Amino acid sequence: MSIRAENLVWRVGRKTIVDNVSLRVEQGSVLGLLGPNGSGKSSLLRLLSGLRRPASGRVTLDDADIAHMGRRHLARRVALVQQHAATDVNVTVEEVVRLGRTPHRGPLAAWTPADTLAVETALQQVDMVEFRGERWQSLSGGERQRVHIARALAQQPHELFLDEPTNHLDIQHQLELMRLIARLGLTSIVALHDLNHAAMFCDRLLVLDRGRVVADGTPAEVLTPELLSGVFRVECDFHRPDEQTLHILFRK
Amino acid sequence: MRIALSRATARFALLLLASLAVLVLAVATAVGIGEMRIPLRTVALAVTNQFGWTSADISRIQASVIWDLRLSRALVAALCGAGLAMCGAILQSLLRNALAEPYVLGISAGASTGAVAVIILGVGAGAVSLSMGAFAGALAAFVFVAVLSGGGRGGADRTILSGVAAAQLFNALTAYVVTTSGNAQQARDVMFWLLGSFGGVRWPEFQLLAVVLVFGLAVCVWHARALDAFTFGDDAAASLGIAVERVRVILFAVTAVITATIVSMVGSIGFVGLVVPHAVRFLIGPGHMRLLPACMMVGAVFMVLADIVSRSVMAQQTLPIGIVTALVGVPCFSLILYRARPAA
Repeated sequence: MSIRAENLVWRVGRKTIVDNVSLRVEQGSVLGLLGPNGSGKSSLLRLLSGLRRPASGRVTLDDADIAHMGRRHLARRVALVQQHAATDVNVTVEEVVRLGRTPHRGPLAAWTPADTLAVETALQQVDMVEFRGERWQSLSGGERQRVHIARALAQQPHELFLDEPTNHLDIQHQLELMRLIARLGLTSIVALHDLNHAAMFCDRLLVLDRGRVVADGTPAEVLTPELLSGVFRVECDFHRPDEQTLHILFRK
Repeated sequence: MRIALSRATARFALLLLASLAVLVLAVATAVGIGEMRIPLRTVALAVTNQFGWTSADISRIQASVIWDLRLSRALVAALCGAGLAMCGAILQSLLRNALAEPYVLGISAGASTGAVAVIILGVGAGAVSLSMGAFAGALAAFVFVAVLSGGGRGGADRTILSGVAAAQLFNALTAYVVTTSGNAQQARDVMFWLLGSFGGVRWPEFQLLAVVLVFGLAVCVWHARALDAFTFGDDAAASLGIAVERVRVILFAVTAVITATIVSMVGSIGFVGLVVPHAVRFLIGPGHMRLLPACMMVGAVFMVLADIVSRSVMAQQTLPIGIVTALVGVPCFSLILYRARPAA
């Protein structure tokens, strides 16, 4: 068992954002996090990556409570790609990806061949090698997203959390990114809006609604007409060309 | 990539060497000018005499003017410029605000209140010097900001707003004291001190400032990589393994102590801490491992040059240094504002 969360609760003021959420993700599998806007997906990812302390409940990595891990130690295991991470600083693509090496380097340590290898591999994985010298401000939204993912990969994490990573991407890069996540073999949790991507690329799905877990299981178990009309308020048809494949078609 | 990196390193080395050369020349020039003009050669010989390397024949008066009065003043100016520029660079990164500068945490306003408390109200009954009063006032303002912003936990915006509140409060206190109980001469003294002056600084000030700066630079370089990690904000820094709150508190405290030390010695000299970091970033990029030392060198050069200008514009009179740095700084500031426009 790679990551496990038990009865997580998180509140802002009196509003409960994450309400008694438990989950577990097997080593090397991909969990899709679904739910309408405001269902608590981003907040849950922040709790799981230790950026916020839950009001109650706990998160464990291989049975070690992350509340007792040092920040740097945690950052060598867990990488997070946030939804809106912007900057005014005039950095290059390569400088951003190099930030991913921060948890692996001491305050004064020199740059090592291992650091170079991690950065190069990460740039290749997101297909941004030829962009390395580009300025951040000159990139499109999708290119920025891929740089953030490269930065996370340069951390060489065991667990990778992504908050709506396919936002801003064209369809080619959406599919490539989802394939990449599936191929990496990292324990991943991906907040998603695209139900077809969830069906195609995730091993399991967890559906949140107003901070609570309303469904948890394989895509075939979770993605039912009843759930989609109950949680997402949409009517749809299911198209199953074969055992492995599920296409969700939305009605007008 | 190798080539690109080594080019950046070369630029950095070139900037350091060039500013070091200019600094040495500027300090020598600053020592030479004044009511008694002294040629550069004599300045150099007086310094080497002092270290016992040469025994050139220089009049005792010249040697004393050079060593006891002017060299210490020029070197204090250099250290002040270095300290303010470094603090500005750190605060701009930490607060993620291009317009942040060393006084953004209310430090100069606090120092002015401390200074008028000593000069006009006579707090400490003569046992407390103006510098000590200003230092205490500056730290009081910093503590006020630290408490108001929840120890920096409330994020950059809340810290900046707390600094604005502190500056308003302490400036109001200063103005109140000056208008209600100050006589005209005392008010003028305070004004003059606030605008900044290197008159009266000697070796003891240099030694204290050098110790504070060496210690401050060490702490800041130790945290340089952490500052880089703040590029995309607090959460991004935290997810890269930075103990965000601890780093923030340490760096705020270090910049506050450096700034308070400088303000208590020479008054609040504006714009160096705002403009120099932007110029240096433009030249060598945003990485703090290089940015911080480079800012110190360029800040030192800028301040010594400003001091030369302030002493040579008007015969027999020294312009307050704050006026000179502002006159140079405001056009630069306008340029930054213009460049920072949101893209149409």
